[in-house]
Amino acid sequence: MSSIEVKNVSVIYGSGTPFEKKALDNVSIDFGNDRVVGIIGHTGSGKSTLAMLLNGLNKPTEGTVLLGGKDIWENPKEINKVRFRVGLVFQYPEYQLFEDSVYKDISFGPKNMGMEGEALDKAVREAAEFCGVDGKVLNKSPFELSGGQRRRVAIAGVAAMTPEVLVLDEPAAGLDPAGREEIIGGLLELRRKQKSTMIIISHSMEDIAKYSDYIVVLDKGKVHLQGTPAEVFSNAEKLFEASLDLPQVTKLFVELTKRALADNTDVYTVEAGVKRLKKTLENKAR
Amino acid sequence: MLRDVTLGQFFPGESLLHKTDARFKILILLVYIVGVIAANSAFSFLLIGTVTAVLVVLSRIPVKIVLKNLKAIIFILIFTAVLNIFFYSGETLLVDWYFIQIYKEGLIYAGFMMIRLICLVCGSFVILTYTTSPLDLTDAIERLLSPLKKLKVPVHEFAMMMTIALRFIPTLIEETDKIMSAQKARGADMESGGLIKRAKALIPILIPLFVSSFRRADELAEAMECRCYHGGEGRTRMKQMESCFRDYVFFTVMLGVCIGVFFINGYGVTV
Repeated sequence: MSSIEVKNVSVIYGSGTPFEKKALDNVSIDFGNDRVVGIIGHTGSGKSTLAMLLNGLNKPTEGTVLLGGKDIWENPKEINKVRFRVGLVFQYPEYQLFEDSVYKDISFGPKNMGMEGEALDKAVREAAEFCGVDGKVLNKSPFELSGGQRRRVAIAGVAAMTPEVLVLDEPAAGLDPAGREEIIGGLLELRRKQKSTMIIISHSMEDIAKYSDYIVVLDKGKVHLQGTPAEVFSNAEKLFEASLDLPQVTKLFVELTKRALADNTDVYTVEAGVKRLKKTLENKAR
Repeated sequence: MLRDVTLGQFFPGESLLHKTDARFKILILLVYIVGVIAANSAFSFLLIGTVTAVLVVLSRIPVKIVLKNLKAIIFILIFTAVLNIFFYSGETLLVDWYFIQIYKEGLIYAGFMMIRLICLVCGSFVILTYTTSPLDLTDAIERLLSPLKKLKVPVHEFAMMMTIALRFIPTLIEETDKIMSAQKARGADMESGGLIKRAKALIPILIPLFVSSFRRADELAEAMECRCYHGGEGRTRMKQMESCFRDYVFFTVMLGVCIGVFFINGYGVTV
């Protein structure tokens, strides 16, 4: 499987007009191989611009985007092929549905890739299953479904293209907690099966802490911090600088440590927190 | 990209033209257009051209941006020029080759026509669209048309519809951009193929766009009702438009230019 990397990338919008804006400023990130990378940042930090760079919807003003070691803009006419290898799910993807049945909509991407017959059918059904789209709704019109279900259909539409890298821009925004869990959980399973790299953009610290192996913090178009969750969240000061926060469970442990009720603050998910607390209580009971 | 479209975009600024009352600007533009269309001699075009150049400088809009708009109408420019060169008949024949006859007058007329179009586009953009925010513009139109209220013309409603339409142009452009990107990410190919294939490729963009426009319209209507919007009757404004001495001077100068054009129309090269 190929790795994806951006090197010294800058993006400037509307250069030469009064609205000129530097969306990304000399950003270098190695997203690596077969892992889940979380990107966090405040509104306007350049997260979405970065996402669109990765599959060639945006062309960097400076710098290169490397997919499997090769510059994706080497041959601009072949950029469509890059888009098949790097799947991008936009924010609120439910508004991109247009076909008259869910099945047809999910098969739009794979069909554009030239998939046919049984392979197409298999890809569609598999993606639908992993994204939690019920087999019964496949023949319904997407406009009959609820918002959450439509979101799943839209994500399945990209997952069905079996991309090597899957980029998700705020996949869980506006969903209830159960829906969040189900969508991201399903995608993680799919990723494990396809051994692809997954990049999740979010501003929910909890989601990022829970799912990522590697975290990139963006602020004002620059890489503010990057590293493993432990490396990033142990640097609370710098997170605050980017107007971001620690996961709530970590904050709880910071307070507990202050009161000598816990001995460490390296807890980033609720599950780990529960385990740690249980252990402490057991130790106390003895 | 769609967001590069500058045609009819407001550029915020502090120039003299920005500060002029929008109602006056509409009237000034009307007088200016009369002048541009009435001009038919070298001297009157010289006058109009100078005035246009002065307006561009006064607006402090970068010349590059003004010229960018001309690119959009370049096809019309060439088209009218070609038509005039080949089909205008006069007295002095310059070229006579099979069925093609080119007259000196045709060449001159084509030149005038091009200057006229360029002035029209640059002038109206600089006077109105570039330097007037859409809100001010619709307000001014409403005020200028308000005498029609006596004839039971729903002027306020028209103005409100225009405001909303203008307000949503950027939103719709952004939305189209987003949907296009999303479909491109799914491998939609919009750049190649014949006419039918290209038209078909628009379906994945148009359907979501329509759906979201209806949703937006619905939401907006509800939001307006929630804030007790009930039409124009008894409605007051937060920003009152105020005209000042400068506006009158500006208008008088433009009127003078227009009248001047009529006076010098007979001088210099004419057709």
